[in-house]
Amino acid sequence: MITVKNLKKNFHTMDGEISVLKGINQTIEKGEKVVVIGPSGSGKSTFLRCLNLLEQPTDGEIWFEGTQINKPDCDINKLRQKMGMVFQHFNLFPHLTVLNNITLAPVTLKLKTQQEAEQQAMRLLERIGLADKAQAYPAQLSGGQKQRIAIVRALAMNPDVMLFDEPTSALDPEMVGEVLQVMKELAEDGMTMVVVTHEMGFAREVATRVLFMDQGQILEEAAPDEFFGNPKNARLQDFLSKVL
Amino acid sequence: MNMLMAALPLSYFSEFPQKFYDSFIEKSRYKNIVIGLGNTLLITFFAVLIGIVLGTLIALIKVSHQNNPKKLRILNAIASVYLAVIRGTPVVVQLLIMWFVVLQSANVDKVVAAILAFGINSGAYVAEVIRSGIQSVDKGQIEAGRSLGLNQRATMVKIVFPQALKNVLPAIGNEFIALLKETSVAGYIAIQDLTKGGDIIRSITYDPYTSLLTVAAIYLLIVLGLTTLLGKLERRLHQSDNR
Repeated sequence: MITVKNLKKNFHTMDGEISVLKGINQTIEKGEKVVVIGPSGSGKSTFLRCLNLLEQPTDGEIWFEGTQINKPDCDINKLRQKMGMVFQHFNLFPHLTVLNNITLAPVTLKLKTQQEAEQQAMRLLERIGLADKAQAYPAQLSGGQKQRIAIVRALAMNPDVMLFDEPTSALDPEMVGEVLQVMKELAEDGMTMVVVTHEMGFAREVATRVLFMDQGQILEEAAPDEFFGNPKNARLQDFLSKVL
Repeated sequence: MNMLMAALPLSYFSEFPQKFYDSFIEKSRYKNIVIGLGNTLLITFFAVLIGIVLGTLIALIKVSHQNNPKKLRILNAIASVYLAVIRGTPVVVQLLIMWFVVLQSANVDKVVAAILAFGINSGAYVAEVIRSGIQSVDKGQIEAGRSLGLNQRATMVKIVFPQALKNVLPAIGNEFIALLKETSVAGYIAIQDLTKGGDIIRSITYDPYTSLLTVAAIYLLIVLGLTTLLGKLERRLHQSDNR
């Protein structure tokens, strides 16, 4: 579904070029739940953001559903409709009600009428138990509620894959559970997911494959049992010993 | 207050009815004020419109260029020159140049010249206000919009502008209040605006108090009205911030 070939990303900074991704090769199949872990600055968020071109790769190829997306003639807006993204800081639209946050994209892109979009939004909100918040504004919600609504907002586009960029890192510890629960249910429904997270429990329970990134490279990838039970890479062993 | 009282002879109060009559009723002199107020409002209203349109355009050019330095290079250069020149010269000079140089041979009304001069002047300040408003919107908002498949334009219109507008409304309101008062220099090209109207009465009656204080009071009332209106609008836009 997603194929990444020799993906490289450099950032220009005041101190010169920084190479954040140093040649990533990955294939993510339909239905897979890939969890990416690694220390801060390892490039895992950049890798995720390259998948829907929020970051423009410096070099390499990204293919999504048979199309190379990092070519100038590719209509990225069309492809992004099929790739939902959830951000660390939720990024709900503060000037819109919860309902309008969810219906904005489908209605603006003329995929649905306002009425259809609202019906779908209410169904989704009921699924996560927040139907009573439809007319509330984001400022009136807790972090956990905001993030669940951000997930639903992405789902309203009926994406083929969902990208999660540290979805629980900005939450109070109490609220992490409710967000992970929604993600688990999504995984059980067969959604293809790529998740950057520090939640090792989630990785162990939900992932079909776990990637370990450090310094712009994928150092190890394995099924969760193997990954956590029998890590081979020394850097990963060190990392796991500190976080588990 | 003391200064004003010192300049205002006590006898003024006992003579006020007569002064009022001389200033406004005699020979329908109030018409000077009415005509002047009409011109002031006319110039302000259309200058504000020009200012908004021009300011938004310039702000968009500057922001898109900033986001992608390869785009709109020439337009951005023009915009920069415009901002520098307009903000670097006095509005009275701009008004005089508009009437005596730019529109010298054009057969247009003085009021049109004033509208153009004040509108173009206001545009420069509005542009900077709107630019700062657009940039005050969190980058994550744009990313969220784009990640949903919205293009650059839809993201701007549906997500960034409404939030930017809310952030800049007080500053924009300020700019328009300043513009209203700035039009009081329109007399430089012999337009009879509110200030000029009052001054005409003063030069007829030799009574500066009644005419000029009345003019000041009218400006003050308009500004207070605008401030109240903007406050109401602001509260409505901030509805979504209520917890």
